[in-house]
Amino acid sequence: MEPIIERINQNKFWHFHGGIHPPEQKTLTSSKPIKQLPLPKQLIIPLQQHIGRQGDLLVNVGDKVLKGQALTQSLNPMAVPIHAPTSGTVSAIKKSVIAHPSGLSELCVFIDVDYKDTWQTREICQDFTQLSQQQIINKIASAGIAGMGGAGFPTHIKVSTKPEINFLIINAVECEPYITADDLLMCEHSEAIVDGIKILAQLLNPAFILIGIENNKPQAIKALQHATKGIEKINVCVLPTKYPTGGEKQLIKILTGKEVKSGSLPIHSGIVVQNVATCFAISDAVINDIPLIRRVVTLAGQALTKPQNVWALLGTPVSHLLEQTGFVNELNDTIATPQVATPSVTSSPVINPPVIMGGPLMGFSILNELVPIVKTSNCILAPSKTEMPSAFDNNSNEVECIRCGQCAQVCPSQLLPQELQWSAKAKDHQQLTKLNLFDCIDCGACAYVCPSQIPLVQYYRVAKAEIRQQQQFDLKAEQAKARFEARKLRLEKEKIAREEKHKKAAAARKAVLNKKSADGSSASSAVAAALARVKAKKKAQQQATSSSENTVSELPVTSNKATETNNESQVASSEKQAHKKSEQKATPIKSTDDKKSKIAAVVAKAKARAQKEREQDQHLTVSTNEKVTTTTADTGDKKSRIAAAIAKAKAKKEQEKQKASLSVNDSEALTSFKSSNKEST
Amino acid sequence: MAFLIASSPHNHNKAETSALMKLVIYAVLPGVFAQWYFFGWGNIIHIALAITTALTCEFIVLSLRSKNKTKNIRKQLFDGSAILTAILLGLCLPAIAPWWISVIGAAFAILVVKQLYGGLGHNPFNPAMAAYVMLLISFPIQMTSWQPPLALVNIDLGFYNTLTTIFTGFTSEGYSVEQLRTSIDGFTMATPLDTLKTNLGLGFTVFETVENNIFTNNLPSGLGIAYGWEWINIALFGGGLVLIAKKAIAWQTPFSFLLSLLICSFIAYSISPDSSASTLFHWLTGGCMLGAFFILTDPVTGATSVKGRLVIGALAGLLVYLIRTFGGYPDGVAFAVLLCNMAAPLVDQYTRPRVYGHGINSAKTPVIEEKNSKHGETK
Repeated sequence: MEPIIERINQNKFWHFHGGIHPPEQKTLTSSKPIKQLPLPKQLIIPLQQHIGRQGDLLVNVGDKVLKGQALTQSLNPMAVPIHAPTSGTVSAIKKSVIAHPSGLSELCVFIDVDYKDTWQTREICQDFTQLSQQQIINKIASAGIAGMGGAGFPTHIKVSTKPEINFLIINAVECEPYITADDLLMCEHSEAIVDGIKILAQLLNPAFILIGIENNKPQAIKALQHATKGIEKINVCVLPTKYPTGGEKQLIKILTGKEVKSGSLPIHSGIVVQNVATCFAISDAVINDIPLIRRVVTLAGQALTKPQNVWALLGTPVSHLLEQTGFVNELNDTIATPQVATPSVTSSPVINPPVIMGGPLMGFSILNELVPIVKTSNCILAPSKTEMPSAFDNNSNEVECIRCGQCAQVCPSQLLPQELQWSAKAKDHQQLTKLNLFDCIDCGACAYVCPSQIPLVQYYRVAKAEIRQQQQFDLKAEQAKARFEARKLRLEKEKIAREEKHKKAAAARKAVLNKKSADGSSASSAVAAALARVKAKKKAQQQATSSSENTVSELPVTSNKATETNNESQVASSEKQAHKKSEQKATPIKSTDDKKSKIAAVVAKAKARAQKEREQDQHLTVSTNEKVTTTTADTGDKKSRIAAAIAKAKAKKEQEKQKASLSVNDSEALTSFKSSNKEST
Repeated sequence: MAFLIASSPHNHNKAETSALMKLVIYAVLPGVFAQWYFFGWGNIIHIALAITTALTCEFIVLSLRSKNKTKNIRKQLFDGSAILTAILLGLCLPAIAPWWISVIGAAFAILVVKQLYGGLGHNPFNPAMAAYVMLLISFPIQMTSWQPPLALVNIDLGFYNTLTTIFTGFTSEGYSVEQLRTSIDGFTMATPLDTLKTNLGLGFTVFETVENNIFTNNLPSGLGIAYGWEWINIALFGGGLVLIAKKAIAWQTPFSFLLSLLICSFIAYSISPDSSASTLFHWLTGGCMLGAFFILTDPVTGATSVKGRLVIGALAGLLVYLIRTFGGYPDGVAFAVLLCNMAAPLVDQYTRPRVYGHGINSAKTPVIEEKNSKHGETK
């Protein structure tokens, strides 16, 4: 701990591996103040502008909204609300192209601006130190603040964590070329930023606060040093310029010498990193009760005649910003004149030069001029063809990799981009995961230096998406399997329950019937026995037809046996038939081995279980029958007495047989079930 | 208003493979010049022959592979890789070897070693060295018919004579290759490495060999190591340093190669100075510097990681020393390079760098301890 601070005080920092020094191009915009723009005609506010979920809509089409009024709300902690950036009328709520590399369409709130800019009532907080932690967190959450550096992680989650914080790191690095939004924000609003840092310090109570800033922003450094004078906890760390120093993990490494373990968050090592613009937004939200409705956006690139930083309301279409800065359409040789192109104009077939949201290394080219500014958009870059030929050239100049290894030398994650590239081209997902593709931060340093001009990042992006898709697919398959198994189990249970019910009912019926016949006439009992036999036969036939292979071989046997049993005691015969049925059921398992066997195994298992229960029932019936027969014996009928004796013997025999066969059946069913299980796995 | 869509990053440092190749070609030119100065026009003629053959072969394969893309073929043909291979091959050949040696060599290098494996970036072996080894094994007489440095040849070997010797085997005056190879005092010439090996075999000491051999000493432009060869190697060394300064090649391979050769020769020299050549002799004879800066650093066939490059360089140095000292051939750079090419994928496999945030399980506990201790302090 102490050595880290000592080192920082001596202006000694650690290094991260790799990095590049692309032309900075920051002077295009860094010398001009942040400009206030006239209000656009319409604002398009996507419901989701950050990692997490979108909130529930609070407004309807036609509603009048005031500046700062919440448009969405949610009880989910990962949802961040959005607010009306100015007053006006909600004209539509529909899907529109959002700021996303894929040109994705998402639900957006369209607000027709009334140019009155009427605020909702605000409560200005004079002294934030009086507020409780929960109050501050609530204010941050309801102001809709999400990380403004890039990923857009909900800020209130990041600041309401419990573990003890060693370092609060303020990311003021802004390492990407062209972008000067944070730079100017620091120059012009350093006091507010420091207020924001103080609020964060109050929440997190860190041991040290480090502000990381690259040495190419002398004015911002001066402003911050002035604003933090007298606050011992805060260290302004002036870092050498190198891309990507502003990467969260890289910044942590430079300042503390620690690495964030792969797959874990900095918070797990007691470090919280916040962007400097987020600090400004926090102070605005907590002190002035201004939700996150605007941000500084750098408008740069040689296709703009007046490059400058502007205060842009969230939801401002890019077309409005381009008009304000004099966008020259190089490909059509026309100047986009202000007030002509309105957001409602549908896209023309003419292809315009690329416009990039974000910096030249990590930004993405946007689909059309309707794309709105969101919480994470820090730059709109309109390059000329000489400036960034690759952005214009759809035909990639890619040639084969010669393994020069320059990519590996500049990779800040110390990956092997050349090997990743081969595996990505071969779609070897396993190898990609082994080479830690998911530790790639998409910084683009490898593609920047590649002499073969291979669009490496693009390959990785595609590969990452494919792997994620595969994972989702696997998960779905897993869920479907679990669902299927559960259903199978449920059906089985239901079947067993049903059969049991039927059996009980049948036994009850039989008992009643036997009681009646016990009065003397054996004829009636014979009829009952015959009925039972027919029933059993029918059942056996049904069973036989269900298992097609056994039909031919088993049917004659059953009939043979049936005739045999004709002579025997009726009760016993019906029992035997029932038993045979169970045997028959168990046999099909052996013969088939593919999918059928699986089904058969399950059926067999069920049957075996059913058989067990059935047997118990039969025991009952046998005993009742015995009682019945003994009572009939008292009447002196010889025939019935003999019959009873035979029946008794048979019943005993049967019982033993059943026991033996049952164990065989069970074990058979079990083994076949196991094997089928193995197959399925 | 739809915009052009492109994938990030949108800017590039504008480096190109062909520019890299060109730089390497420029860097090898001082070596070519030194060779011309000491050994005459022979190698320049061979380089020209090899370039012509290489480009022809490359063109044939490229046009077979991609149809209707003339622009693309042109770009690939002149990306410099084939020309560089041809130059390196031509540089290694004996100056008065017959013309078909360089033609067969260049054709083999491009057709078999490079293009049959998939072309640029896919060849497992260095094309120039593989071709050189093939030639050395297949045509040992032609490939060892080294001519002495011009200053030691008693026949005038100008451009025309060299040309006729290469194409017909005789100079315009009718001298044969054998006669050309005979020096002033009637000995048949060989390379210094060859002579040393033979003499050591005959029981001479290194000192005697170096002192007594006329072509290593007694001449104003010699350094007393291996007349002619030392200047070629110094020129190539200079070119290599330029490449390292321009970051066209990695410094690790030549560094560890030369260091390994230094260590091996130093150990041998300190054990038995009479039968072991000095480090400087090893460094400045044969294909040492060419191998160190222009062959082993070929990125396609070498290792890619920093550690891997160090390992490959050290391995090559060891192999060169072993082949030179104990092997059947006087110089071992080509063989060592091929063996290292074989080892490179394996070496790469085991020298992967630690990825950020991986393998730091042990680092996690101190953080917690630190926190605890800090906690204790504040309490």
